[in-house]
Amino acid sequence: MGKVVVVTSGKGGVGKTTSTAALGAAVAKTGKKVALVDFDVGLRNLDLIMGAERRVVFDLVNVIQGTAKLSQALIRDKRVDTLFLLPASQTRDKDALTEEGVGEVIDKLRSVFDYVFCDSPAGIERGAQLAMRFADEAVIVTNPEVSSVRDSDRIIGLLDARTMRAERGEQIAKHVLVTRYDAARAARGEMLSIDDVLEILSVPLLGIIPESQDVLRASNLGAPVTLSEPLNTAANAYLDAARRLEGEDLPVVVPFERKGFLDRLLGRRAA
Amino acid sequence: MNVFDLFRRRSSAPVARERLQVLLAYERRNRSQPDLVSILREEIMAVIAKHVQIDQDYLQVSMDRGETMSTLEIDIQIPNKSAVPMAIAG
Repeated sequence: MGKVVVVTSGKGGVGKTTSTAALGAAVAKTGKKVALVDFDVGLRNLDLIMGAERRVVFDLVNVIQGTAKLSQALIRDKRVDTLFLLPASQTRDKDALTEEGVGEVIDKLRSVFDYVFCDSPAGIERGAQLAMRFADEAVIVTNPEVSSVRDSDRIIGLLDARTMRAERGEQIAKHVLVTRYDAARAARGEMLSIDDVLEILSVPLLGIIPESQDVLRASNLGAPVTLSEPLNTAANAYLDAARRLEGEDLPVVVPFERKGFLDRLLGRRAA
Repeated sequence: MNVFDLFRRRSSAPVARERLQVLLAYERRNRSQPDLVSILREEIMAVIAKHVQIDQDYLQVSMDRGETMSTLEIDIQIPNKSAVPMAIAG
């Protein structure tokens, strides 16, 4: 049975889709079978970030409504053959997703794939709640900024109350992924530090992704940064985060874009 | 303005941290409240409905959280026409 991981945040624009693509591709590169499911019905973008926008024929809503088989809707990645995408629909019908339908699709995916990453829409409404509903683990994407941290806290509350695991009295494993981090600004006291974010949210750290131009370049090109430029700092941070997600005990290093500066901040351990 | 003012103005992160800590402590406390009240409401309603027929609107449940103590206020109105307990009526 595969693991279902929801990538969520509450706030929009913090890097959920980018992180879903980068983490999913990183895990798939190790040979694991990975499915990426876009839950952002009406505003799908995971297909674009993955460079598969022109290959979408069927989508999640088609599968739920029975107009397409799951195997027809899944798009195999051209770079990593164990990586698949299930796109969201562009329909404007908000109720296109049903809890029962989503549950059936997730169950099928879980039986075939090692990892199912659910890319949540922003907000705390139905779409976001369905994306997290069947998850075993959650990656909470957070920017070191007040509104993002506040929304993350809200999402953590929902994860602990509204998921199947929570309702069965089980734990849902939660991890914070801090994105767009600028170590230099944090050191100058201009930006919340990693310690601040972790202390406020009391959720263990999965990784720190630096603010990086490479991430934008990767999305321009339609390739997860972990595939297109695996050697750069942001990609490395995602690759390490993926290894931690798989249970490896890797120390978290505060990444920095300019070399030779802030080296003393190295060596933070993952919680 | 001296050098220290310049420095202080730049360190906005501690302010952000403190504001968040205060705000989230408040929001977390309030988050559990509506759910508890609605659960209590439903269960009280179910118990009353076993014996007396009343409308949902006649039951008011509210919770007031204080620093050291909270009060739970339950207001049940039983209209006269259905005031006769069902057990006796039946």
